[in-house]
Amino acid sequence: MRKVAVMGVGMTKFGPTEKSQVELFAEAAMEAINTSNIKPKDVQALFLGNGLGDFEEGQLNLAGFCANELGLPPETTAMRFEGACASASIAIRNAFLLVASGAYDIVVAGGTERALSMGTSLATRTFAMGTDSKYEEFSGLTFPGVFAMLAHLYADKYNVPLPKLKERMAMVAVKNHKNGAKNPLAQFQKEITVETVLKGFVVADPLQLFDCCPFSDGAAAVIVTTDEIAKKHVEKPVYILGAGQGSAGSLCRQKDYTIMPSRIASAKQAYKMAGVEPKDIDVAEVHDCFTIAEIVLLENLGLFEFGTASEAVEKGETEIGGKIAVNPSGGLKAKGHPVGATGAAQVYEIVKQLRGECGARQVENAKIGMTDTLGGDAGSIVNLIFGI
Amino acid sequence: MSSSVTYKLTHKMFYEGLKEGKLLGLKCNSCNTYTCPPKINCAQCNSLDMDIVELNGKAEIKTFTVVRVCPEGFEGELPYVVALAELEEGPWVCGRVVGVDPDKVTMDIIGKKATVGGKIPPKLSYAPGEPMAITLKIS
Ligand SMILES: [Zn+2]
Repeated sequence: MRKVAVMGVGMTKFGPTEKSQVELFAEAAMEAINTSNIKPKDVQALFLGNGLGDFEEGQLNLAGFCANELGLPPETTAMRFEGACASASIAIRNAFLLVASGAYDIVVAGGTERALSMGTSLATRTFAMGTDSKYEEFSGLTFPGVFAMLAHLYADKYNVPLPKLKERMAMVAVKNHKNGAKNPLAQFQKEITVETVLKGFVVADPLQLFDCCPFSDGAAAVIVTTDEIAKKHVEKPVYILGAGQGSAGSLCRQKDYTIMPSRIASAKQAYKMAGVEPKDIDVAEVHDCFTIAEIVLLENLGLFEFGTASEAVEKGETEIGGKIAVNPSGGLKAKGHPVGATGAAQVYEIVKQLRGECGARQVENAKIGMTDTLGGDAGSIVNLIFGI
Repeated sequence: MSSSVTYKLTHKMFYEGLKEGKLLGLKCNSCNTYTCPPKINCAQCNSLDMDIVELNGKAEIKTFTVVRVCPEGFEGELPYVVALAELEEGPWVCGRVVGVDPDKVTMDIIGKKATVGGKIPPKLSYAPGEPMAITLKIS
């Protein structure tokens, strides 16, 4: 396996837009190409994460349009990767594997999405397509519902009184909004308080509006290449040290999903390949689609013991400057969650953090960073570990 | 001998069962565990040697939510309760809780006994065939 690096990265501002998915991706990818000091003709493959483009714009086969838009040569391999919210992370992991194996030297990987174009009702319908359409969807289950049930499961299992857990969940939102306020590309750049969260309308008991990430538009892209090429083109290559991916079936099949075997397996692969342990991670961009999701994933990644992450949040251990900086970008919660682009935006942030380019939200001395992306109800999980 | 594999208990057959008030599942002849909802092989050991059986329909609520913002199609049913329940035979199922006031449901519902049934959900887009939802009636 060859040593693999990320050169340039690019990202649009997340939030409402009138640009198309192709236009959004073109902006992010051109930024990644330009800051890699390469030309479109140097790219051999384009791996595109996209969740619901078909429903959003009536557009299938987006990857070819994106390749042509960027002026990539006709021999370019252009493919869409779909793993619900983990789509872009799957695209980037495959770029990593195929560059490592020698199949390609330079790949542009990322994602694009216009979830806001659907409106709340159709968006909730299409997002629910990530749950089992034969045995769960007809109950009227929603994605907030999946994580609302997780919150009750967690409170019951670890004997955390619900009001206490809800307060700690609110603190996750407060932290991520605090970080997002320092991110010029974030959808929400405004600090909130615990009271803001606890005043919001109930989406699915016990989750209130501010426990949930927003629907978003946006795109992000990164250039994945070899160590050798990266060193020739950019001053600060960031290396992909490890990558893992796991899978799972219906929620009911997973039973007690405060423990997610697909996530544990994915993280284990990534740690092993990178030769690092959870305690070595300085900064993590993780899948906080809902506040409870961040608490549970921190435990599944081994960053905190099972049953202890909500207390760690309360103690400030996940803040910038804490034991481990979690979601310095603002996370899905404040930065936004354009489904198929989310994983690439996480990688964008980790690369910038490791290069020391994050200004007011910079994590001091960040040397090793990690991403965690969840698709569906843990049906697809990807973890990537980066170093300098 | 044919090498083809036939799906023993399809989702359609499972729905038909619910419609007749029966909760169908698969009993594994290799490890004696039950698989429900159905799958091509045993959820525990991957064996294909399974028989269709009727489960007793008794379950215990493990977790729940009250859905207040719904997917397109469910507007007329709001608010409603969805739960995960553990069947006496072992598997968990996801279903719509019936026979409770959604605005009065608290975490006290966890651990309550329920009977599994079925209901026809509202007509949804992108849902071919005649859909069926699992219900959980609190006893
Ligand atoms: Zn078996």
